[in-house]
Parts: sequence; C-alpha cells; structure tokens
Amino acid sequence: MQYMALIYSAPNAGPKPGTPEFEAFMKGYFDATETYKKDGVFVAGDALHGTDQSTSLRIRGGKTETMDGPFAETKEVLGGFYIFDCKDLDEALKYAAMIPTAEYGTIEVRPVLSPDDYSN
Amino acid sequence: MTTAPTIDAAISRLVREDRGRLLAALIAGLGDFELAEESFSEALESAVVHWARSGLPANPHGWLLRVARRKAIDRIRRRQRFRARQPELERLARLDEEAANAEAPEIPDERLRLIFTCCHPAIDRKSRVALTLRTLGGLSTAEVARAFLDKETTMGQRLSRARGKISRAGIPFAVPGPDQWEERLGSVLAVIYLIFNEGHVASAGATAQRPDLCDEAIYLAKMLNSLCPDEPEILGLASLLLTTHARSGARISPDGMSVALADQDRSRWNREMAAEGLAHLDAAVLMARPGPYQIKAAISALHVSAPGQGATDWTQIVLLYNSLLAHEPTSVVRLNRAVAVGQAGRPDVALEELATLEAELDGYQPFHAARAKFLAETGRAGEARHAYDRAIELSGNSPDRAFLRAQRRRLPP
Repeated sequence: MQYMALIYSAPNAGPKPGTPEFEAFMKGYFDATETYKKDGVFVAGDALHGTDQSTSLRIRGGKTETMDGPFAETKEVLGGFYIFDCKDLDEALKYAAMIPTAEYGTIEVRPVLSPDDYSN
Repeated sequence: MTTAPTIDAAISRLVREDRGRLLAALIAGLGDFELAEESFSEALESAVVHWARSGLPANPHGWLLRVARRKAIDRIRRRQRFRARQPELERLARLDEEAANAEAPEIPDERLRLIFTCCHPAIDRKSRVALTLRTLGGLSTAEVARAFLDKETTMGQRLSRARGKISRAGIPFAVPGPDQWEERLGSVLAVIYLIFNEGHVASAGATAQRPDLCDEAIYLAKMLNSLCPDEPEILGLASLLLTTHARSGARISPDGMSVALADQDRSRWNREMAAEGLAHLDAAVLMARPGPYQIKAAISALHVSAPGQGATDWTQIVLLYNSLLAHEPTSVVRLNRAVAVGQAGRPDVALEELATLEAELDGYQPFHAARAKFLAETGRAGEARHAYDRAIELSGNSPDRAFLRAQRRRLPP
C-alpha cells in the first residue's frame, strides 16, 4: 500500500538556517531518506517552497481565475511530502516518525487510492 | 430435534462468549476486517434459519466459520466484475476446504491482534470504545448505542466508518512490535478504563436499561490478561477495576445518596471481588515494572483494605499520588493528591494546593466538592456554602446532589 506523509509546520517553527541545529535538522532529513531507500519503502519525496511562492487557480464558469497565495491561510502549511510503499499503517507511521519536522510540526499520513479502492 | 427457543439461546450464548474469537479467526484468514464482519453477520443469519430446521450442528463454531468464509467468497466474487482476484479466491477456497475436511478444527485465538486493531490510535477515541465493545465484548450495535445513549443508526454509522478506516487506511491486524508497544498498549488500556468509567458514572444515574459496562470492562481486562500474561500494567488495570467495582454496592445509600468512601458500609463491599483484585496487584508487583495503572490499583487497594471507617492510610495514598504525578502530571491527579493531603489531616495545605488548580478545574464538580469540604473543616462555613452551591450546580446525577445538599445543611450558620 502507498501512503503519503504530508509534512505540515508553521513557517517560522524549527531551527533557523545557518545554526548548528539547522545542520542537524537537514542531516535528519538526509538520513531518513537514506533509510527509506535502504528499506525499499521510498517512492517519492520532496520539499516545497514557502506559500509566498504559491499560486492558486480555479475554473469557474469556464473562466480561469489565477491568484497569489495558498488555497487557505492556515497556521501550519504544507512544506513537503514523502510517498512510502508499506505493508500497513503501522509501518508507514514508523517511517513518518523519522521525519525531523515531526518535532516541530505535524505529519499527516494518508493512504493513496489504489485501483482496488475504486472497485469497493 | 432441538426446539427453536433453545437454538436462539444457543446462538445468543455463542455470540456473547465467542464472537470476538470467531471474528478474529475470520479476519486472520480473510485479511479484511470489514469483509469478515459482514460475512460473519450473514453466517449468523443463516445459522438462525438452518439450525432451527436441522438442529444444532456438532461443531457450531466450525459451522459458522465455514459459512462465513463461503459468504466472504461470494462477496469477493460479486466485486469481481471490477477486477480479477483469482489468487485471493483460490486461497479462500483452500481455507474453506480445509475447514470442511477437519473433524473439529482448532480455532486459533487471534483476539490479541483484534484488540490492538480495535484500539488503534488512528481510530477516533469514541469509535475505539464502541468497536471494542461490539467486536470483543459481544454487545449488539443496539446495546453499544444504549451504552452511549446514542441512536442505533448513529452508532451503526460510527462503527461502519471505523471498520471502513481499518480496511482503507491499512490499520494492521497485528500485535505491535516493541517500538510501538508502549503507546499501543496504553491505548488498549485506556479504552478498557473508559468503558469502566462510563459504566461507573452511569450506575449512579437511574438508567437500568444500559448494559453493565463495568462488568464488560472487567471481562475485557481479564481477557487481555489471559492473552498477554506477562504485562504488569494489564494486571494493574484488572486489579484497579476489580477493587473499585467491589466497592460499588456501598457507593449509594439505600435512600439514594452518594456515600463518601470513608463512610461506606464495608459489609456491602464485595469481598470476593476485592480479594481477586488484590491478588492481581500482588502478581503485578512481582514483575517489578511499575506503571500508572499499578499505582492507581495500589491506591484503590489501600481503600479496600482499610480495616474500618476512618482507618484509611491517607499518608500512604499521598505518596502514591506523588508517584502517579510522575506518569500523569494532570490537574485531576493533582486534585486527587490534594484531597488525600486534606484527608491525611492537613485541610489547610489541601486548600493551598486547590487554589493553584482553580483556573483549570473551575467547571469540575469534584474540585468544588473537595474545596467545600476542606473550607468547612477549617471553619470557613460561608465560603464552604458557596463552594457547595457551585458543586451542586455542576453535579450530573441525583445521588451526588443529595450528598452535597446534606453536607451543605450540616454547615454551622
């Protein structure tokens, strides 16, 4: 089963770039990704630019509206994600707990829909 | 041939006693909680019809499992128009054949896995409680609904959402590994304790129709202990529930008033149940791995072992609350500790500690009841009267209100 780990945190939470804590934080991500690959559960994973760089769009009545900013202003924003291939939720939660941002923000783990899910 | 009422009784007894075990075995074979539950319900419906006609089969459990597996195969076939699941069907057919050929197949006990699935923290708390009662406690959906004072349809939807999440989110049917053991066992114990407390509170109100959740919780705690005998916190929980429930007969006076622990008529305590509880605690302590449930059990044990009214060892209880605070630094534990300090002869110190909790516990009846008691003991009758008023206002059931009103009347003018 595939799971997406959505990494949420407040933009100013966590260590500041240039500090030793930030170095350790980044190394934490590097190590976690290595573990995922070594254990064969890594499908994808990336960090995102901040919501300052977000652009949202919607189509209403056939017209495209493009606007600056995220879909909704929230305290914690999506900052990155992983996709794991795991045998069950417990395994996915175990790997999600290795994401360094779990200490500052929240990791939401959601199963990815598979063709099976459409047939039930 | 067995007559119909006997068949109905046999089915009810079987469901009550063995539902969890049969369902667990079925889930282990099918790997799908929702499918197992639906197929098992269908098998029970068939049993009502077939057993009434041809009598009770030689091996009712085996019969139910076999029929449930066939129903599951039918259900998977019906889904097949979307996607072939040949390997799965072949596996099930093989299981089915094995079950049919065996004389009296040994049904493996998979209930421990089932408990951990039902109490998984990925399921919302109330649903964990409901699902555990339904799946392992053998309560019907209607009974679970009554336990929560919910409508049956609402409870049915809640249960089906929870089962749906188990299937779709891939919540495993497994006993957690060592790295997740503590959190997950904590969740299981919390569910059983919640069931007990729900029953404990309900028994004070006049709601005779509700199933006895205290008995249910004790049944579950003992089951868990039998499945997992080396875990002292499970023994601690079982002990806590038994020694607390042993005192329940004396909690309410014959005229419908709550009775303070110290004043309870000890002849109305269930001595046998208390002794069973104390034995569970002894067994836990021998394992030398203390934890919060064992500490709470030790506190309850001191209450139940007190030789007579007014002979409770409150100083020892204060020490136990100090240990409990290290595990559960909550304001309710601090309140209980303050009460013990007051009971140990220092109502003035108790009042100082209560003052630090006021902001957090202002909406909590026991806080005001405790404050009123210690204000009265330190000669501050006017303030005590106000505190009793506030406690009476917040009180959820009539025995408590009757008790508080009686205490208030005793205050000097």
